[in-house]
Amino acid sequence: MNWDETKPMVSIKDVYKSFGTLEVLKGVSLDVMKGEVICIIGPSGSGKSTLIRCINGLNDIQSGSILVEGQEVNDPELNKLELRKKVGMVFQQYNLFPHKTALENVMMAPIRVLKHDKEIAQKAAIKLLRKVGLEDKVNAYPGEMSGGQQQRVAIARSLAMNPDVILFDEVTAALDPETVNEVLLTIKKLAEDGMTCILVTHEMGFAREVADHIYFTDGGLIVEHGNPKKFFENAKDPRTKEFLSQIL
Amino acid sequence: MKHHPYKTDLPVMLPFKPVETESFGSTIKLWYVVPILALILGTSAIAQSGSDIRLGALQTLMRWMPLLLQGFIFNVLISVMAMAIGTGLGAALGIGQLSLNRFVRSSSWLLTQFFRNAPWLVLLFFAMFLLPFEVNVFGIIIPLPDWVKATIGLALPVMANVSEIIRGAVLSLPSGQWEAAESLAYSRRQTLWLIILPQCLKRMLPPWMNLYAILTMATVLASIVGVSEVMTLTGEALAAEGGRPDLLAPFYAFVLLIFFVYCYPIARLTVRLERKFSVIN
Repeated sequence: MNWDETKPMVSIKDVYKSFGTLEVLKGVSLDVMKGEVICIIGPSGSGKSTLIRCINGLNDIQSGSILVEGQEVNDPELNKLELRKKVGMVFQQYNLFPHKTALENVMMAPIRVLKHDKEIAQKAAIKLLRKVGLEDKVNAYPGEMSGGQQQRVAIARSLAMNPDVILFDEVTAALDPETVNEVLLTIKKLAEDGMTCILVTHEMGFAREVADHIYFTDGGLIVEHGNPKKFFENAKDPRTKEFLSQIL
Repeated sequence: MKHHPYKTDLPVMLPFKPVETESFGSTIKLWYVVPILALILGTSAIAQSGSDIRLGALQTLMRWMPLLLQGFIFNVLISVMAMAIGTGLGAALGIGQLSLNRFVRSSSWLLTQFFRNAPWLVLLFFAMFLLPFEVNVFGIIIPLPDWVKATIGLALPVMANVSEIIRGAVLSLPSGQWEAAESLAYSRRQTLWLIILPQCLKRMLPPWMNLYAILTMATVLASIVGVSEVMTLTGEALAAEGGRPDLLAPFYAFVLLIFFVYCYPIARLTVRLERKFSVIN
Protein backbone atom coordinates (compact mmCIF):
# COMPACT_ATOMS: atom_id res chain seq x y z
CA MET A 1 0.00 0.00 0.00
CA ASN A 2 1.37 3.38 -0.94
CA TRP A 3 -0.38 5.87 1.19
CA ASP A 4 1.04 9.27 2.12
CA GLU A 5 1.34 8.79 5.84
CA THR A 6 1.05 12.46 6.64
CA LYS A 7 -2.58 12.47 5.56
CA PRO A 8 -5.38 10.68 7.42
CA MET A 9 -6.14 7.24 6.00
CA VAL A 10 -9.81 7.64 6.81
CA SER A 11 -11.21 11.13 6.90
CA ILE A 12 -14.83 11.68 7.88
CA LYS A 13 -16.21 15.19 7.51
CA ASP A 14 -19.56 16.52 8.58
CA VAL A 15 -21.49 13.32 7.91
CA TYR A 16 -25.28 13.31 8.15
CA LYS A 17 -27.27 10.10 8.03
CA SER A 18 -30.92 9.44 8.71
CA PHE A 19 -33.17 6.40 8.45
CA GLY A 20 -36.44 7.90 7.24
CA THR A 21 -37.20 10.70 9.67
CA LEU A 22 -34.82 9.36 12.31
CA GLU A 23 -31.58 11.34 12.27
CA VAL A 24 -28.78 9.06 13.37
CA LEU A 25 -25.67 11.07 12.51
CA LYS A 26 -25.86 14.83 12.77
CA GLY A 27 -22.56 16.14 11.50
CA VAL A 28 -19.80 13.77 12.53
CA SER A 29 -16.15 14.34 11.72
CA LEU A 30 -13.10 12.31 12.60
CA ASP A 31 -9.71 11.43 11.15
CA VAL A 32 -7.78 8.20 11.41
CA MET A 33 -4.08 8.04 10.61
CA LYS A 34 -2.33 4.93 9.34
CA GLY A 35 -1.56 2.50 12.13
CA GLU A 36 -3.85 4.24 14.59
CA VAL A 37 -6.35 2.45 16.78
CA ILE A 38 -9.55 4.42 17.26
CA CYS A 39 -12.25 3.46 19.72
CA ILE A 40 -15.73 4.87 19.42
CA ILE A 41 -17.76 4.57 22.58
CA GLY A 42 -21.13 5.88 23.65
CA PRO A 43 -24.61 4.87 24.73
CA SER A 44 -26.72 2.56 22.56
CA GLY A 45 -28.46 4.31 19.72
CA SER A 46 -25.90 7.09 19.58
CA GLY A 47 -25.00 6.16 16.01
CA LYS A 48 -21.61 4.56 16.53
CA SER A 49 -22.32 1.38 14.58
CA THR A 50 -24.01 3.34 11.82
CA LEU A 51 -20.93 5.52 11.58
CA ILE A 52 -18.49 2.70 10.99
CA ARG A 53 -20.88 0.92 8.62
CA CYS A 54 -20.79 4.07 6.49
CA ILE A 55 -17.02 3.76 6.10
CA ASN A 56 -17.25 0.61 3.95
CA GLY A 57 -20.47 1.63 2.26
CA LEU A 58 -22.82 -0.81 4.03
CA ASN A 59 -24.86 2.30 4.88
CA ASP A 60 -25.01 5.29 2.58
CA ILE A 61 -24.99 8.81 3.92
CA GLN A 62 -27.16 11.83 3.13
CA SER A 63 -24.43 14.44 3.13
CA GLY A 64 -20.83 14.97 4.08
CA SER A 65 -17.70 13.25 2.96
CA ILE A 66 -15.91 10.04 3.85
CA LEU A 67 -12.48 9.64 2.30
CA VAL A 68 -10.74 6.30 2.49
CA GLU A 69 -7.17 6.69 1.24
CA GLY A 70 -8.32 9.72 -0.66
CA GLN A 71 -11.25 7.92 -2.31
CA GLU A 72 -14.69 9.43 -1.72
CA VAL A 73 -17.15 6.87 -0.35
CA ASN A 74 -20.15 9.20 -0.71
CA ASP A 75 -20.08 8.96 -4.49
CA PRO A 76 -22.74 7.19 -6.54
CA GLU A 77 -20.03 6.18 -9.04
CA LEU A 78 -17.97 4.54 -6.31
CA ASN A 79 -16.69 1.05 -7.01
CA LYS A 80 -17.75 -0.51 -3.73
CA LEU A 81 -15.89 -3.72 -4.42
CA GLU A 82 -12.60 -1.85 -4.69
CA LEU A 83 -13.36 0.05 -1.48
CA ARG A 84 -14.16 -3.15 0.39
CA LYS A 85 -10.92 -4.78 -0.63
CA LYS A 86 -9.21 -2.05 1.39
CA VAL A 87 -11.62 -1.95 4.34
CA GLY A 88 -12.21 -5.10 6.34
CA MET A 89 -15.05 -5.55 8.77
CA VAL A 90 -15.77 -7.78 11.76
CA PHE A 91 -19.31 -8.00 13.10
CA GLN A 92 -20.95 -8.45 16.47
CA GLN A 93 -22.64 -11.67 15.31
CA TYR A 94 -19.45 -12.99 13.61
CA ASN A 95 -21.47 -13.76 10.44
CA LEU A 96 -19.29 -16.65 9.40
CA PHE A 97 -20.65 -18.68 6.51
CA PRO A 98 -22.12 -21.69 8.33
CA HIS A 99 -21.87 -24.03 5.34
CA LYS A 100 -18.11 -23.57 5.05
CA THR A 101 -15.29 -24.71 7.32
CA ALA A 102 -13.08 -22.22 9.15
CA LEU A 103 -10.42 -22.64 6.48
CA GLU A 104 -12.90 -22.15 3.63
CA ASN A 105 -14.35 -19.10 5.34
CA VAL A 106 -10.89 -17.56 5.42
CA MET A 107 -9.58 -18.56 1.99
CA MET A 108 -12.72 -18.22 -0.10
CA ALA A 109 -12.66 -14.47 -0.63
CA PRO A 110 -8.96 -14.33 -1.60
CA ILE A 111 -9.60 -17.06 -4.17
CA ARG A 112 -12.93 -15.81 -5.53
CA VAL A 113 -12.54 -12.06 -5.15
CA LEU A 114 -8.80 -11.41 -5.35
CA LYS A 115 -8.33 -14.36 -7.76
CA HIS A 116 -5.39 -15.68 -5.79
CA ASP A 117 -4.01 -19.09 -6.57
CA LYS A 118 -5.80 -21.69 -4.49
CA GLU A 119 -2.71 -23.23 -2.93
CA ILE A 120 -1.21 -19.89 -2.00
CA ALA A 121 -4.52 -18.74 -0.53
CA GLN A 122 -4.82 -21.93 1.49
CA LYS A 123 -1.32 -21.57 2.91
CA ALA A 124 -2.00 -17.97 3.82
CA ALA A 125 -5.32 -18.91 5.41
CA ILE A 126 -3.72 -21.60 7.57
CA LYS A 127 -1.09 -19.09 8.64
CA LEU A 128 -3.78 -16.61 9.61
CA LEU A 129 -5.71 -19.23 11.56
CA ARG A 130 -2.50 -20.03 13.39
CA LYS A 131 -2.04 -16.35 14.11
CA VAL A 132 -5.45 -16.19 15.80
CA GLY A 133 -4.67 -19.43 17.66
CA LEU A 134 -7.01 -21.73 15.78
CA GLU A 135 -4.73 -24.00 13.78
CA ASP A 136 -6.55 -27.01 15.28
CA LYS A 137 -9.95 -25.72 14.08
CA VAL A 138 -9.04 -25.50 10.39
CA ASN A 139 -11.65 -28.06 9.35
CA ALA A 140 -14.30 -27.18 11.92
CA TYR A 141 -17.60 -25.66 10.88
CA PRO A 142 -18.76 -22.45 12.58
CA GLY A 143 -21.51 -24.37 14.39
CA GLU A 144 -18.85 -26.51 16.06
CA MET A 145 -16.94 -23.57 17.52
CA SER A 146 -17.46 -21.29 20.50
CA GLY A 147 -18.39 -17.65 19.97
CA GLY A 148 -14.86 -16.51 20.72
CA GLN A 149 -13.41 -18.98 18.26
CA GLN A 150 -15.89 -17.96 15.57
CA GLN A 151 -15.04 -14.33 16.11
CA ARG A 152 -11.34 -15.07 15.75
CA VAL A 153 -12.05 -16.90 12.49
CA ALA A 154 -13.99 -13.82 11.39
CA ILE A 155 -10.94 -11.67 12.17
CA ALA A 156 -8.72 -14.05 10.20
CA ARG A 157 -11.22 -13.96 7.34
CA SER A 158 -11.05 -10.20 7.27
CA LEU A 159 -7.23 -10.22 7.46
CA ALA A 160 -7.04 -12.66 4.54
CA MET A 161 -8.13 -9.86 2.22
CA ASN A 162 -5.07 -7.93 3.36
CA PRO A 163 -7.04 -4.76 4.15
CA ASP A 164 -5.51 -1.41 5.07
CA VAL A 165 -8.02 -0.76 7.81
CA ILE A 166 -10.37 -3.02 9.76
CA LEU A 167 -13.68 -1.97 11.27
CA PHE A 168 -14.77 -3.79 14.44
CA ASP A 169 -18.46 -3.41 15.21
CA GLU A 170 -18.99 -4.35 18.87
CA VAL A 171 -17.17 -7.61 18.24
CA THR A 172 -17.23 -8.79 21.85
CA ALA A 173 -20.81 -7.78 22.66
CA ALA A 174 -22.29 -11.21 21.83
CA LEU A 175 -19.57 -13.23 23.52
CA ASP A 176 -19.49 -15.09 26.81
CA PRO A 177 -17.37 -13.17 29.33
CA GLU A 178 -14.72 -15.87 29.41
CA THR A 179 -14.14 -15.72 25.66
CA VAL A 180 -14.05 -11.92 25.39
CA ASN A 181 -10.40 -11.80 26.34
CA GLU A 182 -9.15 -14.15 23.64
CA VAL A 183 -10.76 -11.92 21.02
CA LEU A 184 -9.48 -8.72 22.59
CA LEU A 185 -5.96 -10.18 22.74
CA THR A 186 -6.19 -11.03 19.05
CA ILE A 187 -7.17 -7.46 18.22
CA LYS A 188 -4.45 -6.10 20.47
CA LYS A 189 -1.87 -8.17 18.59
CA LEU A 190 -3.13 -6.73 15.32
CA ALA A 191 -2.91 -3.22 16.68
CA GLU A 192 0.65 -3.85 17.82
CA ASP A 193 1.50 -5.13 14.34
CA GLY A 194 0.49 -1.72 13.02
CA MET A 195 -2.95 -2.50 11.61
CA THR A 196 -5.23 0.52 11.41
CA CYS A 197 -8.28 -0.33 13.51
CA ILE A 198 -11.56 1.45 14.09
CA LEU A 199 -13.52 -0.13 16.91
CA VAL A 200 -16.97 0.41 18.28
CA THR A 201 -16.76 -1.09 21.74
CA HIS A 202 -18.07 -1.22 25.25
CA GLU A 203 -14.84 -2.63 26.61
CA MET A 204 -13.54 0.43 28.44
CA GLY A 205 -10.49 -1.29 29.86
CA PHE A 206 -9.51 -2.44 26.40
CA ALA A 207 -10.10 1.01 24.91
CA ARG A 208 -7.96 2.59 27.57
CA GLU A 209 -5.13 0.14 27.03
CA VAL A 210 -5.06 -0.15 23.25
CA ALA A 211 -6.63 2.96 21.71
CA ASP A 212 -4.60 5.88 20.45
CA HIS A 213 -7.67 8.03 20.39
CA ILE A 214 -11.14 7.72 21.87
CA TYR A 215 -14.30 9.29 20.50
CA PHE A 216 -17.44 9.57 22.58
CA THR A 217 -20.72 9.81 20.66
CA ASP A 218 -24.12 10.77 21.94
CA GLY A 219 -27.25 11.65 20.00
CA GLY A 220 -25.53 11.40 16.61
CA LEU A 221 -22.72 13.78 17.53
CA ILE A 222 -19.15 13.38 18.70
CA VAL A 223 -19.35 14.96 22.10
CA GLU A 224 -15.77 14.57 23.18
CA HIS A 225 -12.56 12.96 22.04
CA GLY A 226 -8.99 12.63 23.11
CA ASN A 227 -6.26 10.21 24.05
CA PRO A 228 -7.29 7.58 26.60
CA LYS A 229 -5.58 9.18 29.56
CA LYS A 230 -7.14 12.57 28.96
CA PHE A 231 -10.49 11.04 28.09
CA PHE A 232 -10.88 8.78 31.09
CA GLU A 233 -9.32 11.01 33.70
CA ASN A 234 -10.23 14.43 32.52
CA ALA A 235 -13.56 14.29 30.68
CA LYS A 236 -15.03 17.76 30.24
CA ASP A 237 -18.50 17.22 28.82
CA PRO A 238 -21.21 16.39 31.39
CA ARG A 239 -22.64 13.66 29.11
CA THR A 240 -19.27 11.93 28.92
CA LYS A 241 -18.88 12.20 32.67
CA GLU A 242 -22.28 10.71 33.26
CA PHE A 243 -21.65 7.85 30.83
CA LEU A 244 -18.26 7.07 32.34
CA SER A 245 -19.63 7.18 35.87
CA GLN A 246 -22.23 4.59 34.91
CA ILE A 247 -19.78 2.31 33.16
CA LEU A 248 -16.65 2.48 35.29
CA MET B 1 -68.06 -52.05 44.50
CA LYS B 2 -64.34 -52.29 44.91
CA HIS B 3 -62.32 -49.98 42.86
CA HIS B 4 -58.91 -48.50 43.00
CA PRO B 5 -58.87 -44.70 42.71
CA TYR B 6 -56.05 -44.77 40.16
CA LYS B 7 -57.46 -47.45 37.93
CA THR B 8 -59.97 -46.14 35.52
CA ASP B 9 -61.00 -46.55 31.92
CA LEU B 10 -61.89 -42.91 31.49
CA PRO B 11 -59.18 -41.24 29.44
CA VAL B 12 -59.66 -37.93 31.25
CA MET B 13 -58.90 -39.63 34.54
CA LEU B 14 -55.64 -41.13 33.32
CA PRO B 15 -52.42 -39.34 34.15
CA PHE B 16 -51.05 -37.30 31.30
CA LYS B 17 -48.45 -39.14 29.28
CA PRO B 18 -46.63 -37.26 26.55
CA VAL B 19 -46.98 -39.00 23.22
CA GLU B 20 -43.63 -40.27 22.13
CA THR B 21 -42.54 -38.81 18.84
CA GLU B 22 -42.64 -41.74 16.55
CA SER B 23 -39.60 -42.66 14.55
CA PHE B 24 -39.86 -43.23 10.84
CA GLY B 25 -39.65 -47.00 11.19
CA SER B 26 -42.46 -47.35 13.69
CA THR B 27 -44.93 -45.46 11.50
CA ILE B 28 -44.70 -48.15 8.86
CA LYS B 29 -46.90 -50.27 11.11
CA LEU B 30 -49.67 -47.84 10.37
CA TRP B 31 -49.63 -48.95 6.76
CA TYR B 32 -50.94 -52.37 7.68
CA VAL B 33 -54.14 -50.73 8.79
CA VAL B 34 -54.87 -49.37 5.38
CA PRO B 35 -54.97 -52.59 3.34
CA ILE B 36 -57.19 -54.01 6.06
CA LEU B 37 -59.44 -51.01 5.65
CA ALA B 38 -59.54 -51.60 1.92
CA LEU B 39 -60.28 -55.25 2.52
CA ILE B 40 -63.21 -54.42 4.74
CA LEU B 41 -64.56 -51.98 2.21
CA GLY B 42 -64.18 -54.58 -0.49
CA THR B 43 -65.78 -57.42 1.39
CA SER B 44 -68.62 -55.28 2.60
CA ALA B 45 -69.29 -54.36 -0.98
CA ILE B 46 -69.45 -58.02 -1.90
CA ALA B 47 -71.90 -58.62 0.86
CA GLN B 48 -74.07 -55.78 -0.41
CA SER B 49 -74.18 -57.03 -3.96
CA GLY B 50 -75.44 -60.44 -2.85
CA SER B 51 -74.90 -61.79 -6.33
CA ASP B 52 -72.99 -65.02 -6.95
CA ILE B 53 -72.84 -65.29 -10.72
CA ARG B 54 -70.46 -62.38 -11.00
CA LEU B 55 -66.94 -62.39 -9.62
CA GLY B 56 -66.53 -60.90 -6.17
CA ALA B 57 -65.48 -57.25 -6.03
CA LEU B 58 -62.04 -58.10 -4.71
CA GLN B 59 -61.33 -60.61 -7.44
CA THR B 60 -62.47 -58.07 -9.99
CA LEU B 61 -60.17 -55.50 -8.45
CA MET B 62 -57.29 -58.00 -8.54
CA ARG B 63 -57.84 -58.47 -12.25
CA TRP B 64 -57.69 -54.75 -12.93
CA MET B 65 -54.88 -53.99 -10.52
CA PRO B 66 -51.97 -54.28 -13.00
CA LEU B 67 -53.65 -51.80 -15.33
CA LEU B 68 -54.46 -49.40 -12.51
CA LEU B 69 -50.89 -49.57 -11.24
CA GLN B 70 -49.66 -48.83 -14.73
CA GLY B 71 -51.92 -45.81 -14.71
CA PHE B 72 -50.45 -44.76 -11.41
CA ILE B 73 -46.92 -45.04 -12.78
CA PHE B 74 -48.10 -42.60 -15.42
CA ASN B 75 -49.23 -40.24 -12.64
CA VAL B 76 -45.79 -40.54 -11.08
CA LEU B 77 -44.18 -39.84 -14.43
CA ILE B 78 -46.31 -36.72 -14.94
CA SER B 79 -45.57 -35.54 -11.41
CA VAL B 80 -41.81 -36.07 -11.75
CA MET B 81 -41.67 -34.27 -15.08
CA ALA B 82 -43.91 -31.42 -13.97
CA MET B 83 -41.76 -31.06 -10.85
CA ALA B 84 -38.56 -31.00 -12.90
CA ILE B 85 -39.89 -28.42 -15.37
CA GLY B 86 -41.54 -26.39 -12.61
CA THR B 87 -38.40 -26.41 -10.46
CA GLY B 88 -36.20 -25.31 -13.34
CA LEU B 89 -38.48 -22.45 -14.38
CA GLY B 90 -39.31 -21.60 -10.77
CA ALA B 91 -35.63 -21.35 -9.84
CA ALA B 92 -35.09 -18.84 -12.62
CA LEU B 93 -38.19 -16.92 -11.60
CA GLY B 94 -37.26 -16.99 -7.90
CA ILE B 95 -33.79 -15.64 -8.59
CA GLY B 96 -35.40 -13.10 -10.90
CA GLN B 97 -37.48 -11.92 -7.95
CA LEU B 98 -34.24 -11.11 -6.14
CA SER B 99 -32.72 -9.20 -9.06
CA LEU B 100 -31.57 -5.63 -8.57
CA ASN B 101 -32.95 -4.84 -12.00
CA ARG B 102 -36.38 -3.43 -11.39
CA PHE B 103 -37.93 -4.74 -14.59
CA VAL B 104 -36.69 -8.30 -14.05
CA ARG B 105 -37.74 -8.21 -10.41
CA SER B 106 -41.26 -6.91 -10.97
CA SER B 107 -42.03 -9.12 -13.96
CA SER B 108 -40.79 -12.18 -12.08
CA TRP B 109 -42.94 -11.16 -9.15
CA LEU B 110 -45.99 -10.67 -11.36
CA LEU B 111 -45.59 -14.05 -13.08
CA THR B 112 -45.11 -15.76 -9.75
CA GLN B 113 -48.18 -14.16 -8.21
CA PHE B 114 -50.29 -14.83 -11.29
CA PHE B 115 -49.58 -18.55 -11.41
CA ARG B 116 -49.59 -18.98 -7.67
CA ASN B 117 -53.07 -17.58 -7.36
CA ALA B 118 -54.62 -19.48 -10.24
CA PRO B 119 -56.62 -22.70 -9.77
CA TRP B 120 -54.56 -25.66 -10.97
CA LEU B 121 -57.45 -27.07 -12.96
CA VAL B 122 -57.89 -23.83 -14.88
CA LEU B 123 -54.19 -23.79 -15.70
CA LEU B 124 -54.51 -27.38 -16.85
CA PHE B 125 -57.37 -26.53 -19.20
CA PHE B 126 -55.43 -23.53 -20.35
CA ALA B 127 -52.45 -25.70 -21.29
CA MET B 128 -54.66 -28.38 -22.88
CA PHE B 129 -56.50 -26.06 -25.20
CA LEU B 130 -53.90 -23.41 -25.95
CA LEU B 131 -50.88 -25.57 -26.65
CA PRO B 132 -50.70 -26.98 -30.19
CA PHE B 133 -50.73 -30.74 -30.73
CA GLU B 134 -47.26 -30.53 -32.21
CA VAL B 135 -44.44 -28.02 -32.34
CA ASN B 136 -41.97 -27.37 -35.08
CA VAL B 137 -38.45 -26.86 -33.75
CA PHE B 138 -35.98 -26.11 -36.55
CA GLY B 139 -37.82 -28.37 -38.95
CA ILE B 140 -38.21 -31.23 -36.49
CA ILE B 141 -41.81 -31.86 -35.62
CA ILE B 142 -42.28 -32.75 -32.00
CA PRO B 143 -45.73 -34.04 -31.16
CA LEU B 144 -47.31 -32.80 -27.98
CA PRO B 145 -49.61 -35.54 -26.73
CA ASP B 146 -52.21 -34.75 -24.10
CA TRP B 147 -50.12 -35.98 -21.19
CA VAL B 148 -47.24 -33.70 -22.16
CA LYS B 149 -49.64 -30.76 -22.25
CA ALA B 150 -51.01 -31.77 -18.87
CA THR B 151 -47.47 -31.95 -17.54
CA ILE B 152 -46.81 -28.41 -18.75
CA GLY B 153 -50.11 -27.25 -17.31
CA LEU B 154 -49.22 -28.67 -13.90
CA ALA B 155 -45.66 -27.37 -14.11
CA LEU B 156 -46.93 -23.77 -14.17
CA PRO B 157 -48.26 -23.61 -10.60
CA VAL B 158 -45.25 -25.65 -9.45
CA MET B 159 -43.02 -23.04 -11.05
CA ALA B 160 -44.76 -20.22 -9.18
CA ASN B 161 -44.58 -22.06 -5.86
CA VAL B 162 -40.90 -22.94 -6.31
CA SER B 163 -40.26 -19.29 -7.11
CA GLU B 164 -41.82 -18.29 -3.80
CA ILE B 165 -39.99 -21.03 -1.91
CA ILE B 166 -36.68 -19.67 -3.20
CA ARG B 167 -37.56 -16.06 -2.46
CA GLY B 168 -38.77 -16.97 1.01
CA ALA B 169 -35.67 -19.04 1.79
CA VAL B 170 -33.33 -16.28 0.65
CA LEU B 171 -35.17 -13.66 2.68
CA SER B 172 -35.18 -15.93 5.73
CA LEU B 173 -31.38 -15.90 5.94
CA PRO B 174 -29.99 -13.39 8.44
CA SER B 175 -28.98 -10.14 6.74
CA GLY B 176 -25.58 -10.52 8.38
CA GLN B 177 -24.71 -13.11 5.76
CA TRP B 178 -25.21 -10.56 2.99
CA GLU B 179 -23.32 -7.90 4.92
CA ALA B 180 -20.39 -10.19 5.66
CA ALA B 181 -20.17 -11.19 2.01
CA GLU B 182 -20.43 -7.57 0.85
CA SER B 183 -17.73 -6.53 3.30
CA LEU B 184 -15.43 -9.14 1.77
CA ALA B 185 -15.96 -7.54 -1.65
CA TYR B 186 -17.94 -10.42 -3.13
CA SER B 187 -20.05 -9.25 -6.06
CA ARG B 188 -23.79 -9.63 -5.70
CA ARG B 189 -23.80 -12.58 -8.06
CA GLN B 190 -21.02 -14.31 -6.11
CA THR B 191 -22.78 -13.59 -2.83
CA LEU B 192 -25.96 -15.17 -4.13
CA TRP B 193 -24.38 -18.26 -5.69
CA LEU B 194 -21.53 -18.95 -3.27
CA ILE B 195 -22.99 -17.89 0.03
CA ILE B 196 -26.74 -17.37 0.05
CA LEU B 197 -28.22 -20.06 -2.20
CA PRO B 198 -26.12 -22.97 -0.87
CA GLN B 199 -27.43 -22.18 2.60
CA CYS B 200 -30.97 -21.97 1.27
CA LEU B 201 -30.96 -25.45 -0.24
CA LYS B 202 -31.52 -27.05 3.14
CA ARG B 203 -34.31 -24.65 3.99
CA MET B 204 -35.97 -25.18 0.64
CA LEU B 205 -35.94 -28.97 0.68
CA PRO B 206 -38.89 -29.59 3.06
CA PRO B 207 -41.34 -27.16 1.37
CA TRP B 208 -40.18 -28.40 -2.02
CA MET B 209 -40.94 -32.01 -1.07
CA ASN B 210 -44.25 -30.93 0.34
CA LEU B 211 -45.03 -29.27 -2.97
CA TYR B 212 -44.12 -32.48 -4.77
CA ALA B 213 -46.56 -34.50 -2.67
CA ILE B 214 -49.31 -31.97 -3.38
CA LEU B 215 -48.47 -32.07 -7.09
CA THR B 216 -48.60 -35.87 -7.16
CA MET B 217 -52.08 -35.80 -5.69
CA ALA B 218 -53.07 -33.13 -8.18
CA THR B 219 -52.04 -35.27 -11.16
CA VAL B 220 -55.48 -36.93 -11.07
CA LEU B 221 -56.81 -33.62 -12.39
CA ALA B 222 -55.40 -34.78 -15.71
CA SER B 223 -58.22 -37.34 -15.86
CA ILE B 224 -60.64 -34.48 -16.42
CA VAL B 225 -58.84 -33.59 -19.62
CA GLY B 226 -58.71 -37.22 -20.73
CA VAL B 227 -55.15 -38.30 -19.95
CA SER B 228 -55.00 -42.05 -19.32
CA GLU B 229 -53.77 -41.86 -15.77
CA VAL B 230 -55.03 -43.88 -12.84
CA MET B 231 -58.35 -42.07 -12.34
CA THR B 232 -59.26 -42.27 -16.01
CA LEU B 233 -58.37 -45.95 -16.08
CA THR B 234 -60.36 -46.61 -12.93
CA GLY B 235 -63.38 -45.00 -14.54
CA GLU B 236 -62.86 -47.05 -17.66
CA ALA B 237 -62.44 -50.25 -15.67
CA LEU B 238 -65.63 -49.57 -13.78
CA ALA B 239 -67.47 -48.88 -17.03
CA ALA B 240 -66.10 -52.11 -18.53
CA GLU B 241 -67.50 -54.02 -15.55
CA GLY B 242 -70.89 -52.65 -16.40
CA GLY B 243 -70.99 -49.92 -13.78
CA ARG B 244 -71.52 -52.27 -10.85
CA PRO B 245 -72.15 -50.08 -7.80
CA ASP B 246 -70.49 -52.60 -5.50
CA LEU B 247 -67.17 -52.01 -7.29
CA LEU B 248 -67.06 -48.25 -6.71
CA ALA B 249 -65.88 -48.35 -3.11
CA PRO B 250 -63.10 -50.95 -3.49
CA PHE B 251 -61.78 -49.47 -6.72
CA TYR B 252 -61.57 -45.92 -5.47
CA ALA B 253 -60.30 -47.13 -2.10
CA PHE B 254 -57.51 -48.83 -3.99
CA VAL B 255 -56.65 -45.60 -5.80
CA LEU B 256 -56.63 -43.75 -2.49
CA LEU B 257 -54.43 -46.43 -1.05
CA ILE B 258 -51.73 -46.24 -3.72
CA PHE B 259 -51.58 -42.47 -3.42
CA PHE B 260 -51.32 -42.78 0.33
CA VAL B 261 -48.55 -45.35 0.13
CA TYR B 262 -46.63 -43.11 -2.26
CA CYS B 263 -47.21 -39.73 -0.61
CA TYR B 264 -47.17 -40.59 3.08
CA PRO B 265 -43.46 -41.50 3.23
CA ILE B 266 -42.69 -38.22 1.47
CA ALA B 267 -44.67 -36.33 4.09
CA ARG B 268 -42.93 -38.20 6.92
CA LEU B 269 -39.52 -37.55 5.43
CA THR B 270 -40.40 -33.87 5.04
CA VAL B 271 -41.34 -33.63 8.70
CA ARG B 272 -38.13 -35.36 9.67
CA LEU B 273 -35.99 -33.05 7.56
CA GLU B 274 -37.80 -30.01 8.90
CA ARG B 275 -37.11 -31.14 12.45
CA LYS B 276 -33.49 -31.88 11.67
CA PHE B 277 -32.84 -28.55 9.98
CA SER B 278 -34.64 -26.54 12.61
CA VAL B 279 -32.19 -27.96 15.15
CA ILE B 280 -29.18 -27.05 13.06
CA ASN B 281 -30.21 -23.55 12.17
